[in-house]
Amino acid sequence: MDTPSLSHLSKIEYDHVYEPAEDTFLLIDALEEDLALLQNIKPTVCVEVGSGSGIVITAVAKALGRTSFYIAVDINQVACKVTQKTAQLNGTDVEVVAMDLMSGFHLDNKIDVLIFNPPYVVTPSEEILGNKMYGDLTRAWAGGERGREVMDQLFPKIPDILSRCGVFYLVVISENCPEDIKHLMNDLGFIMHVVKERKVRGEYLLVLKFTRK
Amino acid sequence: MKLLTHNMLTSKCLKGVNVGYPLGIVAKDVKVLETEFNSEFVSRIIPKLDWDTLWNAADSIGHAGDLPRAVCDDYENDVEFLKKVHHVLVEVEVIEGELVCPESGRKFSINKGIPNMLLNEDEL
Repeated sequence: MDTPSLSHLSKIEYDHVYEPAEDTFLLIDALEEDLALLQNIKPTVCVEVGSGSGIVITAVAKALGRTSFYIAVDINQVACKVTQKTAQLNGTDVEVVAMDLMSGFHLDNKIDVLIFNPPYVVTPSEEILGNKMYGDLTRAWAGGERGREVMDQLFPKIPDILSRCGVFYLVVISENCPEDIKHLMNDLGFIMHVVKERKVRGEYLLVLKFTRK
Repeated sequence: MKLLTHNMLTSKCLKGVNVGYPLGIVAKDVKVLETEFNSEFVSRIIPKLDWDTLWNAADSIGHAGDLPRAVCDDYENDVEFLKKVHHVLVEVEVIEGELVCPESGRKFSINKGIPNMLLNEDEL
């Protein structure tokens, strides 16, 4: 999987949009490792929640090509614009919609691939709403208690989001209690797989994948 | 915003709105961009579509053309039909305009092709 070019982005954008880091690249590595599997399920709709710079959904769109439709959503409108630009400059077609998580989607099991690199950092709950000092960017990483407050809002919707053979990719750190997520998603009818894990500068990152039982 | 995206959007997240689907479209700038036709993709996406929503959306912005009112039988082998669907789904794009909640009339702006479905705190 080619890493999309982000040469159009500079300090000005990165003041408002999460700059790709180890977690981003681990997610791309995981998707690359699963590429044959993704091609095999023949997705028609792939969605990334919280696309930020747009590097991940653009990489997926480049790799899977025109056999699927790609949608990126972000709560940060600067990120929406940047994602659109990243997709365009890398020759891919990605639709972008500004929304909070999946709140604007008519959920009826149409999404084959859902990707979420959530704000997973353990922070005080109030930081999730962002604060004036950090602008939009706080929301890109502040996860509240156990770093789980944002991703926990999405989990109960997964059964209505994913198609029958759909797959959900999620980035977490060990503080998010992956074992607890495994049980929670098991109760919702999904099996958890660990696709990749890596320790980077004191942060233990994992890319999880969920499929229907 | 392409009409395939419109087919999947709702304003149900608004307080007091039950279905919020389909959203009305007020188009101020529509562009048609030719994209590579992939018959397999179009065939596979058709079962996922709300056809009436697609037809009405295309019609409301003046791009229904000769798109049939219903999906024809044996569509997988009807290349002409698939090409019409491809055109309406992914070639017609609303660049500037608004999406309108069918129940509350709340408008969501579409700016440079990006619909803004974000709500104010008092709307949740």
